[in-house]
Amino acid sequence: MQLIPCPWCGPREETEFHYGGQAHVAYPQDPAALSDEDWAKFVFFRANPSGPLPERWTHSAGCRRWFNAVRDTRTHDLLAVYRLDEPRPVIP
Amino acid sequence: MTRLPDRGVVDRAAPLKFTFDGRELTGFRGDTLASALLANGVHQVATSIKYARPRGIVAAGVEDPTALVQIEAPFPEPMLSATTVELYDGLVARGLSGQGRLATEPDPARYDAEHIHCDVLVVGAGPAGRAAAAEASGRVLLVDDQPEPSGEIPGGVRFLSRTTAFGVYDDGFVLALERRGENAAPERISRRRVWRIRAKRIVLATGAHERPVVFPDNDRPGIMLAGAARTYLNRYGVLAGQRAVVFTTNDSAYAVAFDLADAGARIAVIADARDTVSARLREDAAARGIEIRTGHGIVGTAGGDRVTSAVVAELGATQGDRFACDLLLVSGGWNPAVHLFSQARGTLRYAPELGAYVPDGDLPTVRVVGSAAGEGLPEVKVLWQVPAAESEVDTRFVDLQRDATVSDVLRATGAGLRSLEHVKRYTTIGTAHDQGKTSGLLAAGITAEALGRDLAEQRPTTFRPPYTSVPFAALAGRNRGDLHDPVRVTALHPWHVAHGAEFENVGQWKRPWYYPRPGEDLETAVLRECRAARTGVALMDGSTLGKIDVQGPDAAAFLDLLYTNLMSSLKVGRIRYGVMCGVDGMVIDDGTVIRVAEDRFLVTTTTGNAAMVLEWMEEWLQTEWPHLRVFATSVTEHWATIPLVGPRSRAVLAKVAPGLDVSNDAFGFMTWQDAEVAGIDARVCRISFSGELAYEINVPSWHGITLWEALLAAGAEDGITPYGTETMHVLRAEKGYPIIGQETDATVTPQDLGMSWAVSKKKPDFLGKRSFTRAENLRPDRKQLVGLLPQDPAVLLPEGSQLIETDHVPEPPVRMLGHVTSSYRSAALGRTFALALVRSGRERVGQTLYVPVGAAVVPVTVTESVLFDKEGTRRDG
Ligand SMILES: [Zn+2]
Repeated sequence: MQLIPCPWCGPREETEFHYGGQAHVAYPQDPAALSDEDWAKFVFFRANPSGPLPERWTHSAGCRRWFNAVRDTRTHDLLAVYRLDEPRPVIP
Repeated sequence: MTRLPDRGVVDRAAPLKFTFDGRELTGFRGDTLASALLANGVHQVATSIKYARPRGIVAAGVEDPTALVQIEAPFPEPMLSATTVELYDGLVARGLSGQGRLATEPDPARYDAEHIHCDVLVVGAGPAGRAAAAEASGRVLLVDDQPEPSGEIPGGVRFLSRTTAFGVYDDGFVLALERRGENAAPERISRRRVWRIRAKRIVLATGAHERPVVFPDNDRPGIMLAGAARTYLNRYGVLAGQRAVVFTTNDSAYAVAFDLADAGARIAVIADARDTVSARLREDAAARGIEIRTGHGIVGTAGGDRVTSAVVAELGATQGDRFACDLLLVSGGWNPAVHLFSQARGTLRYAPELGAYVPDGDLPTVRVVGSAAGEGLPEVKVLWQVPAAESEVDTRFVDLQRDATVSDVLRATGAGLRSLEHVKRYTTIGTAHDQGKTSGLLAAGITAEALGRDLAEQRPTTFRPPYTSVPFAALAGRNRGDLHDPVRVTALHPWHVAHGAEFENVGQWKRPWYYPRPGEDLETAVLRECRAARTGVALMDGSTLGKIDVQGPDAAAFLDLLYTNLMSSLKVGRIRYGVMCGVDGMVIDDGTVIRVAEDRFLVTTTTGNAAMVLEWMEEWLQTEWPHLRVFATSVTEHWATIPLVGPRSRAVLAKVAPGLDVSNDAFGFMTWQDAEVAGIDARVCRISFSGELAYEINVPSWHGITLWEALLAAGAEDGITPYGTETMHVLRAEKGYPIIGQETDATVTPQDLGMSWAVSKKKPDFLGKRSFTRAENLRPDRKQLVGLLPQDPAVLLPEGSQLIETDHVPEPPVRMLGHVTSSYRSAALGRTFALALVRSGRERVGQTLYVPVGAAVVPVTVTESVLFDKEGTRRDG
């Protein structure tokens, strides 16, 4: 069972967390202005890389706060954890 | 007698009685069931699963593939390995052919779990493990699966015996199973304990398992791994046979042969697959009068319940000399026990000198030491099988437990399977109780030979937890029965129980389902409860309704983004029904919104969605709209909520709330008022989920029973009737009110439900809005909510039934038009009815469709979804 380092609570077991999908997919400023295709991309399409992926997580059984994490989808290793108002860190 | 007086460390002062296959036998404390059976001369333990061949004891530890037993007493437990069952007084066991029997009665034993953190976890208390534990600093935990360590445990080290580490997971998380008191009084001690260990660093000193070599008839009882015979002799004082043939590919079997010879056994011959043997071993053998045949192997055996002879032949030949024996010892070399290392995602490398996979370097936090790392293991002549002609029935067993042979492997490679994973699945090799501990590498080697491939180029199959089998009872621990999942009950629960309610589980909640009177079944009780609500007065416990307090200066703006309709225009004192959608436009929940103050709302959710909706709110507030100043707080349990329903509800409420003007003018539909009800400060809402005149009375939960009983007393002369969820469902279905999750399944829009009226055209945006104009959501043939009236008014359609266009079921594929989402008998309609999602449903109103039910096809008329009081005249009384 993985340890996920909540930015506020520190490392806790993964069962305390919920996954929230790919991070940095902002809700469009003006959805009405988007074409059907662009809206469908926002709603349904997400990256699925073999490697680092920025993700949203929430510490639902702890502080209930959301944060971002870059996770390597090959190893599940969390390469970085950062607050929502922080930029995505550069992963070497 | 095979128990020697001068060997072994079993406690001879503690004899133990046990029963095997109906025979009463004795052993000693410190025995395993396997060693005690061998001490009693019992070699055949089981029969094989496919061919019913007699099978004995192959190993002395967890790698044994054959000696499978069922424990019958003190408590039935299936599929245990006799080599890992500690003997105790009163044990009753029998041999299995690969399938056991689960207990039919509840297990009286307790199982528990303990969490522990350490700096260093050492797995295995052999010499390498003890040395690693001695060197380690900080909190050191040492676990070993045996009852006693083989040497002194270093000071300051916490030691758990009888504890098998069976799984290594991420971040140093290790699960281990401790066998605590197999036959201890369950009230005093848990039977097994799962240790949930979080270790900063892990040292694996898990040793190595000897592997066999495949030859014809290699499965008879009495054919044993060489090292196992040495363990039975030196640890248990059991001489496994009087006359042994030894077959080896390496030096390690010689020490076994010499120990057995020194203990009084006769070694008939050592067949060594190698061409040369060291001078020292030759001398030691000669000194004991043991003949060695190099370049030889076994090409056949004889015997029924125990081996009686073996044929020793030159490698490549199929004929040789037959040697009488009652024990055939085999050593094909040693496999480092790299299971846990592989589970930790350590990579393995083929070591040709060992004929085995070894760790290819340590992991940052996982180190492998001793023979688990391949250290000190003997070099071998790699030999997976003795070349031998086989007649049509193959008896060259690769996996003894699965009865899988060399022919099975060749059939797999012949069918074109090249990867070990596929061969494993095709042949089932490695999938039995022992998880391939003796068979896995043999199958890999024989597969590589068949494909003309080098094992170094072949990736081994991945090892996965558990390393040894773990009872489900141990994994469940205390989380059984009532402790399996939290049970939530309302403040009124004791009353429901006392008045005979039948309960329905809704999520974790216990909700009254219906209140049967003597002699009533569900149907008659529900018809009576429905009639009371439609003609008199009835009440229910609605406390499980999810309630979220949404406050803050931006609360109204926030709710406008969440709900499909406008909430900011709601006036304080008023109530609005609202629907919530995902960004894909599909309904996720519905409920009512009460405006408590300018900056404060009370939102209700469906019972099962309360947590989901609160998390949904939190997600949007935190991730996308952090500029909104809003708090969302669950207040579900704070309130007892009682809908008071029916034409007489106004009169009943007036009796208990004399200060409240309950007239329609003063207290209109979809408004709320704070008032004293039965002497309690209450919030009364005029909302209706039944279509009847109704009031929903909310009081702090600790006053729930007082209010409930006051309402019952006040309504007594009107025949006030408590009703449960089933009646609630019927009443709302008669009115065409959908239940989110029953009428919907995450593919249904508000428009599909006929709720376009609840979707704002004015708001620039809300969650889901943009999706409503996607082409897919504008298709005229989307499934829409309609009512169904079976043409035979007595026929009740099963929920989930499919709808078709024809009065018979045509040849497949059958076009299905939709399905029945709700179906009930209605007292108000005097007949059965249903709700359904149907393609182009609203266009089909008036049409006849058909519902296959078993062998029959039921004709139904499509109607609007509202089947009762279409004009809505009843809600004002
Ligand atoms: Zn946290």
